[in-house]
Amino acid sequence: MLTELCRPFDGDEIMRSKKKLLRLLKEHESGTPLRIAVLGGSTTSDIVKVLELFLRNRGIIPTFYESEYAQYWSDAVFGTPELDEFKPEIVFIHTTSRNIEEKTVVGEDGKSVSEKLKREYVRFEKMWTALSEKFGCVIIQNNFEMPSERLLGNREVGCVYGRIDFITRLNVKLYDYAQTHNNFYIHDINYLSAAYGLEKWHELRHWHLYKYAMSVSAIPEFAYSLSNIICSVMGRNKKVLALDLDNTLWGGVIGDDGQSGIEIGSETSEGQSYLRLQKYIKAHKELGILLTVCSKNDPENALEGLNHPDGVLKPSDFALIKANWNEKSANLEETAQELNLLPESFVFVDDNPVECDIVKAQLPEVTVINFENPEECIRAIDKCGYFEVTNLSADDAKRGEMYAANAQRAAAEKKFASYDDFLKSLEMHAVIGEFDPVHIPRITQLTNKSNQFNCTTKRYTQAEMESVAASPDYIRLCGRLTDKFGDNGIVSVVIAKKQETKLHIDLWLMSCRVLKRGMEFAMINRLVEEAAKAGITEIFGYYYPTKKNAMVAKLYEQFGFAQVSADESGNTVWKLEVEGYKPITTSIEVAEQ
Amino acid sequence: MDRAKITERLTEIFRDVFDDENLTISDETTADDIEAWDSLEHISLISAVEKAFKMRFSMKEVSGMKNVGEMINILVERAKKC
Repeated sequence: MLTELCRPFDGDEIMRSKKKLLRLLKEHESGTPLRIAVLGGSTTSDIVKVLELFLRNRGIIPTFYESEYAQYWSDAVFGTPELDEFKPEIVFIHTTSRNIEEKTVVGEDGKSVSEKLKREYVRFEKMWTALSEKFGCVIIQNNFEMPSERLLGNREVGCVYGRIDFITRLNVKLYDYAQTHNNFYIHDINYLSAAYGLEKWHELRHWHLYKYAMSVSAIPEFAYSLSNIICSVMGRNKKVLALDLDNTLWGGVIGDDGQSGIEIGSETSEGQSYLRLQKYIKAHKELGILLTVCSKNDPENALEGLNHPDGVLKPSDFALIKANWNEKSANLEETAQELNLLPESFVFVDDNPVECDIVKAQLPEVTVINFENPEECIRAIDKCGYFEVTNLSADDAKRGEMYAANAQRAAAEKKFASYDDFLKSLEMHAVIGEFDPVHIPRITQLTNKSNQFNCTTKRYTQAEMESVAASPDYIRLCGRLTDKFGDNGIVSVVIAKKQETKLHIDLWLMSCRVLKRGMEFAMINRLVEEAAKAGITEIFGYYYPTKKNAMVAKLYEQFGFAQVSADESGNTVWKLEVEGYKPITTSIEVAEQ
Repeated sequence: MDRAKITERLTEIFRDVFDDENLTISDETTADDIEAWDSLEHISLISAVEKAFKMRFSMKEVSGMKNVGEMINILVERAKKC
């Protein structure tokens, strides 16, 4: 990760050194390839270049199709041979208010304006329909920003022929479409331009000289915001907010000032500021983000601070609390291990720049947010976009509970004489079956963020997952695991492609929160059963090594597969004869969907 | 600021924008002399110069500049006004 491309970044510096940054990023060429078509209503060249920088910095290697200048509509509706061949996985429609064709006339009546609104909207909807029918791709559509001038002044709103009124109503129609269509996301440039400053955003020289619909200086902000949607769709969101305590979640030092001495709550302005921050952080739980504490403190002092009657973040809100005097980087590493997550899933927030620098140096995979004053902290977290929401699955809001249940399981484990006794005591039930349409968002999400227990690390957009789910050529399994401590939700996904009597396992993954529970064995038993029903005689498993998936290098061997081949990069192929397969014993009671 | 000083600062900007540490420029340098200097990179160059010198070119100046020397002329003029 290049820090030049992380918040807080200097947009002008990025614009000036983008060639060099690209060269540096290309030195470590590894990541998930992604085909993005950019259909522009104005110039897109630098937008694409800077977008590439941000995506590469987060492990996505994009290739682009760019429409000819302002050909967005005809490219989308009629296609071009190049675009068809390119087969975009994501189409970004870069239109702005300058591309609105219907213009209202001063004094025009409401009926006529509504017709214009409808015509304009239909023109856009036609593109989305054509693109999703043709490519089944993810579509990202800019909404419309406010214009640079107001002929009618304030009367541009609240008046049927007002220009801003028209734009606002058009935006609402876009949002209605977004609410009822999967794989369609709004890129909110209306918010972005307001936050940037509308007068600065509309740099008219850049429009007239280069046909950029925004100031060239605003391109990094724009591209960063767009990259957040793409990273989220691709499952690159961060999963954990690891928080310091003193002068981060409250003002003052709990060990010195005591519970009554720290600033938290509505009594003082500083206390209010920290309270607001605590509320903002707590709200992340609803998004499925885990909260942990990473603080240099005595544990009892940490709990005293978190039990402050006026605070909203309580000890039970955290999946894990590390309060001790060890190095924070060591604590973060331990936290990651205990939660079975990778350090790269962590965002660490601390007011102390020295602590932040140590973590950056010791554990560069962790994203670090440093801030000076509590009121800046919310904005710093908010603007990073590391938790950008595209698809919220029902499991997300429950994730904190799931991890808390995991802690209880770990405690229970210690009480049993043998691990098998422990597994039996868990009273595990699994439901293993076909992909259910309502679970596709969760299946996609899990697929795109599982790195460790993942044999091929193959990624799917939601649209691709939907087409796999609808195809007769695959055997699909999705496994859910429940035990006496709670529901773990969907934890395992398998996709295997049929080829006459052979079956090729394209995807085999499992969430690390159910490691060592025997779930993988329940899954293979079921897969072999389904394969036999489909007349399959041989099953082929594939293992493609990455930096993160060493734990499944021998998975197929454990399943009883025989190794067929291995190449110099460590890719291995495994084979199992369906006939004679003996189901592996587990402590899980399996039900069909 | 004199021409030499301006040329020195401009050289740094050119080196950054075109990612070439050995690039040198003179008054006579034009887009034809630097391979990567096309109309799209011209935008980045102009923006970087504007930011570095805290000034803005008029549209006429942007489209009328024939070579680096003319760019420096404009920068010298602006420096006088400050």
